[in-house]
Parts: sequence; C-alpha cells; structure tokens
Amino acid sequence: MSIKVRNLTYIYDEGFIFAKKALDNVSLDVFDREIVGIIGHTGSGKSTLVQHLNGLIKPKKPDTVIIDEVDIFNPKVNLKEVRQKVGLVFQYPEMQLFEETVEKDVSFGPRNLGILEEEAREKVREALEMVSLDYEKYKDRSPFLLSGGEKRRVAVAGILAMKPKYLILDEPTAGLDPWVRVEIFEELQNINEKGTTIVIVSHDMDEISKIAKRIYMLSNGCVVLDGSSDYVFSQFAVIKELGLSLPQITEILYMLNLEFGKVDFTQLDLDRAANEILECLKRNKKWKSKIV
Amino acid sequence: MEIKNSLTIGQYIPTGSIIHKLDPRTKLILVLFFMIMVFFIKNLVGYILFFSLICILIVVSKIQMKYFIRGLKPILILILFTVFLQLFFTNGSPVVILGPLVITEEGVYLAIFIFLRLVLLVFSSSLLTLTTSPMQLTSALEYLLTPFKFVGLPSSEISMMMTIALRFIPTILEETNRLIKAQSARGIDFEKGSLFKRIQNMIPILVPLFVSAFRRADELAIAMEARCFQVGAKRTHLRELQFERRDYVFIILFISIVTVVSIFF
Repeated sequence: MSIKVRNLTYIYDEGFIFAKKALDNVSLDVFDREIVGIIGHTGSGKSTLVQHLNGLIKPKKPDTVIIDEVDIFNPKVNLKEVRQKVGLVFQYPEMQLFEETVEKDVSFGPRNLGILEEEAREKVREALEMVSLDYEKYKDRSPFLLSGGEKRRVAVAGILAMKPKYLILDEPTAGLDPWVRVEIFEELQNINEKGTTIVIVSHDMDEISKIAKRIYMLSNGCVVLDGSSDYVFSQFAVIKELGLSLPQITEILYMLNLEFGKVDFTQLDLDRAANEILECLKRNKKWKSKIV
Repeated sequence: MEIKNSLTIGQYIPTGSIIHKLDPRTKLILVLFFMIMVFFIKNLVGYILFFSLICILIVVSKIQMKYFIRGLKPILILILFTVFLQLFFTNGSPVVILGPLVITEEGVYLAIFIFLRLVLLVFSSSLLTLTTSPMQLTSALEYLLTPFKFVGLPSSEISMMMTIALRFIPTILEETNRLIKAQSARGIDFEKGSLFKRIQNMIPILVPLFVSAFRRADELAIAMEARCFQVGAKRTHLRELQFERRDYVFIILFISIVTVVSIFF
C-alpha cells in the first residue's frame, strides 16, 4: 500500500498567456509508515504536487496518481474517501479556522465524513493529544484567541481527527518560533511512530534533514534529486547549483573536508558529526594542542 | 470547485502595442463615447462597421481574441436571456411558427441587434481594461473626476479606494480558492447537496475570508499611516499623465469615424 505518482505534468492556465508549467513529468513513491521530505524553492511545484495527492487538483491523465492501488483520475472514485485517507495540511493552516470553539473546529472534518457526535468527540480528544494540547483545557476556547503555535496545532489536529493514513504537511512550521518548530517536529515523529505515513514539504534543509528518511528535491517542476537523505545531501554540486542551502552540519563538514580531507560529510546526526569534526581537527597538528 | 478569474478587470495584458501606449484618459473617454454611440445605431450595417472598428483595434492591440471572448462568459446568461426574449416576444410578421412560439422578422433583427450591442459593449470595455493597467485607469479616473471637487467630491480619495479595491481583487480571489481547497481537504463537498446545505457550506469559507480581510485592512492602514498618508492632503503623482500627439490624432480619428457611422446608419 502506497502513494504512487507517475509522470505527472500540470500546467496552470493552459493555453493562456500566463500559462506556467508547474509540474513536469514528476514521479514519486511514498511507502507505508515512512517519512518523506519534498524540498525546493518557492515556485518549484511542491504545493501543486501535494495538492494532486488528495485530488484537490485532479490529474488530467489516467495512471498518474495512484493511492493504495486506486487511480484517482477515475471519475468513479469517491474523492471524499481519498481526502479522508490522505490528510493534507495546507501552508498556514490556521487561516482555515472558523468555528466558535476548538472542539467544533477540530470535529469539522469527522462531521463532514458523517461520523456521529460521540465518536467525533473521541477523535477530537485523540487528535488534540497528538499535537500536545489538553482536550479539557482547550475544547471550549475560541480558536481565534489562541497563540500562533496553538492555532497551528489546532489546525493540524483538524486533519488528524479524520484519521488519515497518509499525512501531508505543506511547510508545517513556517512562521513559528524556533522552539515551537522543534516541538511540532517531535509530535510529527510520534505520530509517524504510531503508524501514520508522513510527507513533509519544506524549503528548510535543516528541518527536513532531521526528520525525513527519504527526500525528493524539486526545481522548476522537475524532480532533480531523490533518494535517502544521506545521498541527497551528499550531492553538493547539484544543491549549490540550484541555490538551495545545505543543512548547517553538512555545510561545516563539507568545508572541513575541502580543507583537510578525509571527513565523512554525509553525517547528519549531531553527535556523530561533532565527533567527526573533533577527529578531523585532532588529525591536524596545528589544531591538536588547542583541543582540550 | 474553483472560482475562475473571469472578470476582465485587473486582467491587464502588457503587449506594448500603440493602444497600450495611449494616455489612459484618451482610452477612458473614447470607450465611454463609443458605448453611448452604440445605442444610436439603427441598422445592421452600422453594427457591422462598429464591429469591424473594434476588431481592427483588437488586432492592433496584439491581444489574442480569446481574452475578449472570455470576458463574455460572466454575462452569457444575460445575453442568451435577452436574445431569447427579443426573438420570441416581438410583434411583427411571423417567419417561423413553433407551436405557441412565434418568431417574427422584427424579432430576428432585434435579437441580432441586442446581441451585437452587448458584445460591442463587452469588447470595448475589455479593450480598455486589457490594455490599461489598473493603476493608469484609476489615475485617469481621478483626473476626470477633478472638476467635481468643487461640489465636494473627494476625487483623489475615491481613486485611492479604487486602486486598493482593484489591487485586492486577485488577492482575495486567490485566498478564496485556497480556502475552498483547504476546507475540501477536510471533507466538505461543495458540488453536492441541497441548496441549504450549499449555503451552509459557504460559512467555512466566508468566516476565515472576513477575518483575514479585516486583518489585511488593519495592516494596510498602519502601513499607509507609517508612510504619512493623510486624507485630504494634496498628493502628487510619480507619473504625471501627459497627452501626446498620438492621443490627439487618435481622438480626432476615432470620434469622427464613430460619429459619421452613427449619423448615417
């Protein structure tokens, strides 16, 4: 069971002067229970791509977007089911909040799917807990009076309450404080460990490198790099050429390697990277005496 | 569901043609003049001449025909409805009889006239909005409203309001589409359900839309104040409008052709 995208092309305003190719022959796989990252500049087609995954943009050709062996191009497919299965959290999702209370807002999705009151309440409780918000404390508050981080969490819970099998997040931490970012990523990791497959779209290399095991890199609507995160981040030439920045760890290790050689710059784990740096400096006499 | 930007307002397409280069006031006045004169045409030859004139201008503007045709879409129902009324409910000598419905010769003529008249109105206004940026258009309007200042009409404030409104049409349209998508992702089906259900479905779109519109208005007001904007203060323009020789030539030619056609036909 997986998400399969094959040779997907999408053109905005096809046939008009402002026509723009947003996706060009993109293929992608998301397997069960993994965390996949999609990175690229603004305008590289990331958002267009993920909107295809739950049928918000319907593919123009058959066999291009296949979710759990079902081709969503087929007019017989119930898109509501697809959208329940593939939960999509938009960029700045707090903009979609509209109900009077947090509980009502989070239960909006389940209610649309025809789930009964009692059952919906249970889903709301679970969803809020997944994003570390206390149900009793928040359920009756107005979503408009929460802090930025809380709003974002409520909005994410609104999708989680639909119990999606695949959770797709478009820039989930954009515009949030650094510590809130870290917390949200921890929550996502936990959600993934409980069995939800996650796709994260971002342009922040540091964030993606910490959480995603596999990465697709988009540029001008094309997949330019894909593979394990170690592999993708070792392709410096390509990444630099695209004008994207490397994760800071990689950047440091890479510079050290250029200077002194023999440094494993594909290391993304913080402790091991620190070790790598120390080892490298110890190998060089000039620095040896200065390291305590 | 997606709301397409079928309004031609704010759909400026720069091609750098001679029509684009004309002073916006020239274009605004001439379009108004043309629209009035369309109502004085009495026979088919006049309509054909007017139509050819507009077609020539469209060719000169280097903008593809499909943009003009797209402008017809929002009023398609109005056009069909009026054509239908004229066709079947005009008294005169019958041509075709379909049961209780009678198509008369006069009806056919009137239907064609009304159709051409509406198309001419849409095409000429599209010609203005497609070749003139909203900014130019509002400054032209501000200029033309200046005489009314003496009766207390705040012309520069009106033009400022129009500029802002025009500027935010695409933004709000984009946001509406985004919200439609975001709420669809939460299982709303906008295309199905009873009328009541569909109206109810608008709430999750309208509430956030209003919230963000008010927030935007607030931010914009602060940004304007930070740049010392004051209501009623005398404002200068970065680009002063200037009539060129081509404007005079164009005005004289256009007005004389249109007047001659409307007098003789």
